[in-house]
Amino acid sequence: MRTVLGRWQTWAGFGIAAVVLFGVAPVVLSDFRLSLLGKFLCFAIVAVGIGLAWGRGGMLVLGQGVFFGLGGYMMGMHLKIADAQIRGDDVPDFMQIAGVRELPAYWQPFASPAFTLLAIVLLPTAIAAALGLGVFKRRVKGAYFAILSQALAAALAILLVGQTSIGGSNGLNRFRTFFGFTLNDPANRRMLYFIAAGVLLVVVAVVRQLMQSRYGELLVAVRDGEERVRFLGYDPANIKVVAYTVAALFASIAGALFAPIVGFIAPSQVGILPSIAFLIGVAIGGRTTLLGPVLGAVGVAWAQTLFSERFPSEWTYAQGLLFIVVVGFFPAGLAGLGALLKRRRAKVPPHSQEAQDSDAEKVGASS
Amino acid sequence: MTDIDASTAGKEPLVGGNVGMGTQYLEVRGLTVDFDGFKAVSDVDLTLFQGDLRFLIGPNGAGKTTVIDAITGLVSASGSVNKSGVELLGKKVHQIARRGVGRTFQTASVFEQLTVLQNLDIAAGAGRSAWTLLRRRKGVLPSIEQALHTIGLTHMADKPAGVLAHGQKQWLEIGMLLVQNADVLLLDEPVAGMSTEEREETGNLLRRIGAERTVVVVEHDMDFMRAFATSVTVLARGRVIAEGSVAEVQANPKVQEVYLGTAAAGADGIELVEENS
Repeated sequence: MRTVLGRWQTWAGFGIAAVVLFGVAPVVLSDFRLSLLGKFLCFAIVAVGIGLAWGRGGMLVLGQGVFFGLGGYMMGMHLKIADAQIRGDDVPDFMQIAGVRELPAYWQPFASPAFTLLAIVLLPTAIAAALGLGVFKRRVKGAYFAILSQALAAALAILLVGQTSIGGSNGLNRFRTFFGFTLNDPANRRMLYFIAAGVLLVVVAVVRQLMQSRYGELLVAVRDGEERVRFLGYDPANIKVVAYTVAALFASIAGALFAPIVGFIAPSQVGILPSIAFLIGVAIGGRTTLLGPVLGAVGVAWAQTLFSERFPSEWTYAQGLLFIVVVGFFPAGLAGLGALLKRRRAKVPPHSQEAQDSDAEKVGASS
Repeated sequence: MTDIDASTAGKEPLVGGNVGMGTQYLEVRGLTVDFDGFKAVSDVDLTLFQGDLRFLIGPNGAGKTTVIDAITGLVSASGSVNKSGVELLGKKVHQIARRGVGRTFQTASVFEQLTVLQNLDIAAGAGRSAWTLLRRRKGVLPSIEQALHTIGLTHMADKPAGVLAHGQKQWLEIGMLLVQNADVLLLDEPVAGMSTEEREETGNLLRRIGAERTVVVVEHDMDFMRAFATSVTVLARGRVIAEGSVAEVQANPKVQEVYLGTAAAGADGIELVEENS
C-alpha cells in the first residue's frame, strides 16, 4: 500500500481532506452544523500546534488558552470597533451602556484591519518566543513548565474578568460584521467556515514539513535526550522555542477565527479548563502523529456537542475518564492503538523481520 | 569494522602524539572541582596531543568522570582547560562541544526513537543554518557514510537505535563523535558491560580513530588498558599520582600502593601488581 501510493500518498491525503472539507461537508451539513464544524476546526488548528510542541517536543503546553485568547480578543476588538463605526458610534455597544464615551487607548490601533491581522500573528509569536527563551534557557522543563504555562492561562483569565473595558466576564460578543461582510448572511458564515478549513490545511502542511525536516528529527532528539543534544553542540532551548512559538501562533490564529465563527470570545475560553480541553483531543488522537491531534480534537469536540445536549453532567465525567484512560494506558492515543493492531497482524506471518521494519518506519519522522 | 581507513593506515597512536609539534592539543592546568567544600578533583594537570590514546585510570571515586565533566562544562571548575589556544572553562556545554570536544557516557545515551542514520545526522549538524534544518534530510553525507563504515553499523543504518545491542550503542556514540568532528574524544568507560569480542573490536576502533584525534578513555578494565593504551594517567582522591607509558605506570610504587591499599581496588588492582612483580 505504502509503496504503491509512494510519494503521492501525501498529496492524495491532502486531496481527500480538501474534498471532504470543501466539497462534502457544505453539501451534507446544515448551515448550523457547518458553523459548528468550523468551530471544531478552530480547535483542530490549536491541536496541530500542541501535537508539535507536546508530542514531538515533549513540552506539556497546558496554557494554550492564553494564545487562543489573545488572538480571539484582538480579532474581537477589531470587530466591535468596525461594528460601532458602521453604526456611527465612537465606542462599541457595551461601552456605551457602561457610559464610556471614548475608545480606550489600547483599543485604538485595532481600528485598523491590517494592524489587527499583523498583531494576531506577531504579538503571540513575540510573547511565546520571549517567554520560551526565558524559561527554556533556565532549563525549566517537565512538570514545572506545565505548571508555569497553566498558571499563565489562569492569570490571563482572571485579568480579563476584571477588565470592564474589554467586556469583563462576558467577554466580547454580538459581532455583526467580519471585515465588511454581515455575519447574518449564511453565505458569509459559510465563507468563515471555508477560511477555517483552508487555514487548517495550511497549518497541517506546515507541521508536516517541520516534522519531516531535520528540525523535526532534532526536536524528537531534544524530547528524548535534552542533555545529550547539548553535548552535540546544540542549545536545546532554541530548538524548543521554535516549536513552542509555532504552537502559540497556531493557537492565536485559531482564536481569531473562533471569535467570528462562534460569535463571542470570553475569559471562559482562555483559562485552565479550555486549555486542558485542547489537550484531551490531542492525547486521545495520538500526540506524536500529524493527523491524530486533528481527528482527536474534532472527534472530542463533536462528541461533546452530541452528548452534552443529552447528558450535560455525565459528559464531563466521561471526558475526564477518557483522558485518564488514554494518558494512563494508551500514551500514544488512538493512533498508537492502530499501530499496535497493525504490528499484531504483521506478526502473524513468519517474517518477523517485516514487523520490525514497519515499526522502524513508524518511529521516525513519518506521519 | 576490521578494515582500516586508508588515511589512517600505518599511523598508530603514540605516546606524546604521532604528529609532532604544531598539532592540536588539550592542556589542562590546575583543574579543581569543588562540590561544596569537597574537592572531587584538585589541581589536575594533563597535556594531551593529537594521536595520543590516553587512559585515565584510578580507584572508584578518584574523580575520573568528574575531570571529563569539568572539561565538557557539565560541572563548573577552576583552573584552565586550553584547547589549541582556546580557553574552554567557563563556556557552556554546547559551545565546548562546538569547539570539537566530544564525550560519551557510562550508560550509552543514543536517541532510541530515531534511526542510527538520524542519530548520526543530528550529531553532524550542529552548525546547520535554519534553512537547512527546515528541509528534509536527503541522501547520506559522505562523512556519515564513512563513520557508519568505521563503527561497523552500515547494515543497521535504518534501524531505530533502541534495538541496537549494548556494544553497538557505544559504537554509535563513538560514531556520533566522529561525525560531530570532535578532535578531542572523552570516552567514559566505553567497554563496560561488553563481551570479550566487543572489547577487542572497540579497542581496535579506538586505535583507528585515535591516530588523528586526541582520545581519553576512562576505564576500569586493566586488561583493556594494557592492550590498547599508549599512555596512562592515574588519578587517586582527585589528584594525578602517576603518568607515563603502561610499563612506567605499572612500575610506579605509588600506583601499586593506591591499588593495593584501597578496598575498592578489587581484583583488577591486585592483578596489575602481580603482573608487575
